[in-house]
Amino acid sequence: MSLKEKIISTYRSFEEAISSSSSINDIKDNAIKTFEEKGFPTLKDEDWKYTSLKSILKTDFCIVPSENKDIEIADIEKYFVDTDSFRAVVVDGYFSAELSTINTEKAIISSMKEAIEEKNELALKHISKIAPADNSMVALNTIGHADGIFISIPNNTILEKPIQLLHIATGISGETLVQTRNLIVVGKNCDAKIIERHQSLTENTILSNPVTEISVGENSYYYHYKIQNDVVSANLIDNTYVNQSRYSNAFVDTFSFGGNITRNNLSFFLNEENAVANLNGISLLNDSQHVDNFTFVDHRVANCDSHELYKGIYDESSKGVFTGKIFIHKDAQKTNGNQQNNNLILSENAQINTRPQLEIYADDVKANHGCTIGQLDKEALFFMRSRGIPKKEAKAMLMYAFASEALKNVKIEALTAQINKLIAAKLNVDIEFGE
Amino acid sequence: MLKIKDLKASIDGKEILKGLNLEVKPGEVHAVMGPNGAGKSTLSAVIAGKDTFEVTEGTIEFQGEIINELAPEDRAHKGIFMSFQHPVEIPGVTVTNFIKASVNAKRAAEGKEDLTPGEMLKLIKEKAAMLELDRKFLSRSLNQGFSGGEKKRNEIFQMAVLEPTLAILDETDSGLDIDALRIVANGVNNLKSPNRSAIVITHYQRLLDYIVPDFVHVLFEGRIVKTGGKELAMKLEEKGYDWIKEELKANN
Repeated sequence: MSLKEKIISTYRSFEEAISSSSSINDIKDNAIKTFEEKGFPTLKDEDWKYTSLKSILKTDFCIVPSENKDIEIADIEKYFVDTDSFRAVVVDGYFSAELSTINTEKAIISSMKEAIEEKNELALKHISKIAPADNSMVALNTIGHADGIFISIPNNTILEKPIQLLHIATGISGETLVQTRNLIVVGKNCDAKIIERHQSLTENTILSNPVTEISVGENSYYYHYKIQNDVVSANLIDNTYVNQSRYSNAFVDTFSFGGNITRNNLSFFLNEENAVANLNGISLLNDSQHVDNFTFVDHRVANCDSHELYKGIYDESSKGVFTGKIFIHKDAQKTNGNQQNNNLILSENAQINTRPQLEIYADDVKANHGCTIGQLDKEALFFMRSRGIPKKEAKAMLMYAFASEALKNVKIEALTAQINKLIAAKLNVDIEFGE
Repeated sequence: MLKIKDLKASIDGKEILKGLNLEVKPGEVHAVMGPNGAGKSTLSAVIAGKDTFEVTEGTIEFQGEIINELAPEDRAHKGIFMSFQHPVEIPGVTVTNFIKASVNAKRAAEGKEDLTPGEMLKLIKEKAAMLELDRKFLSRSLNQGFSGGEKKRNEIFQMAVLEPTLAILDETDSGLDIDALRIVANGVNNLKSPNRSAIVITHYQRLLDYIVPDFVHVLFEGRIVKTGGKELAMKLEEKGYDWIKEELKANN
């Protein structure tokens, strides 16, 4: 039985056990149909042309993991950024109240399952409304997730502390497909910052397929930082979808250093005027790592901006993929869209496939894109070495210099420091990066 | 201190230095002048260890050791410093952090501990004052958006911090206004001591009014073809290089 067949038959049998009909069950029912029809993406799908899941899908994943209650704070402490923050922890797809620090009057930070069961209005209003139902990985998550994190930030809330979302895979059920469903609803005039991390604690193969839906209210600032530094047995298909209201500013940064295969599906829907979407990313890869950033900015209305900057550094036999889709609808006049994808290839066996895809149907817009693929500047390397800086360190400094522009939207000092440390560790140098 | 014997160097199979001889003793300042394409920048790059040039024959001896095969960083650790004609821009690395990395790498090679942040700050402040650089300058990305003069001053600033035994200035004066030129020359002169030497590569005699050389060499077609005192530089400025070519022809 293939993984797809296993998934469909398992959830069909669950479905039969639950006879009640509700809107949630209807969504699940449709999701099963979508997944049955489309299945896992293959290289034949245009959107997945450069990323094959074949090697992972041979794994006989456990698709309904047991709850692991044995994880303690001490096991996971090091995966948090060292800063005063709220914490929401999900273990193998189950929200863990014990490991989370969610007490605040300013916002709701809770289990997704509970929010739905308690019929939280906002949760019911937005769940499955932001992520596209016809996407097979979203459909898979819709049918397979047990729980996740629900965050609701009421109007006029300035969250001084960031919220750290930590998704742990324990491998207690062996090789596991971990699916988490998150929903973050930000009201009007808010300021909120999220740090998200997926971490496997096991050598068992993990495939994580989280879906995070985000709604950013009018005139709010929303920052979401993804730290991807997982072990080599971990694979991630991240699906993040952001709805933006008028005058909202949303920032999503994706920092990919670890893991085996990582696919980041990231979409912004600019639904009302004067919204600004910001997407930055750094991929720093070696060995046979593979990171695919698939980004989509949907300019649906006039007077919105989008700013996109992705930097990639590929060593050894690693592979990077970047797709930057920008769709400017007929009525989206005065759109200002810009996109940059800059890459360094450090080895003959490393690869990058980069494709800007601009579809523009409005006639009064500014849209520009650029991509570069290059090597480390030899003149700069000689310059640094001639000042006594050894080759390895000089290379590392040049790589950091190349990538650091994409750190400009990181507004949490401890996070910047943490990313700088991760970069130094990844490059195997003892350098304090940053200013 | 520096003995270059019969040095031949090429790039992409093209020979640039064709048997060059030069000796620099401790405390001496040597100026190297010559027309475009004579090999002046190649000479400085080869001494500093740039690996795009291949040394095919001859030796470079520095303080009694043949350094032909040494990596650029090892040469730097031994006290060789080259000021670049076109200093490289390195966004994301501040002047301060670059200098820290540079100073501590040299100290590590000498088996010394890193400077404490306090010591480093003191050193940087002191040298920055000498080059009339303000504090803001130190927290900017290295050479990024710097004017030509700022880049050159930054080079001399790094030289002042690193206190090299042999400083090579590759056309540091080109394009500088007179104020910047004075500041740069002052930085170089402050380093003068009986056991430090400098090679000043320049097109213009003007710099030599401020940094007074003990010897002036003419580099032509990959060789040093004439050596004299400061008056040679004046003559070159006045008459150009044609008379040298004539002399060479006559001698052949």
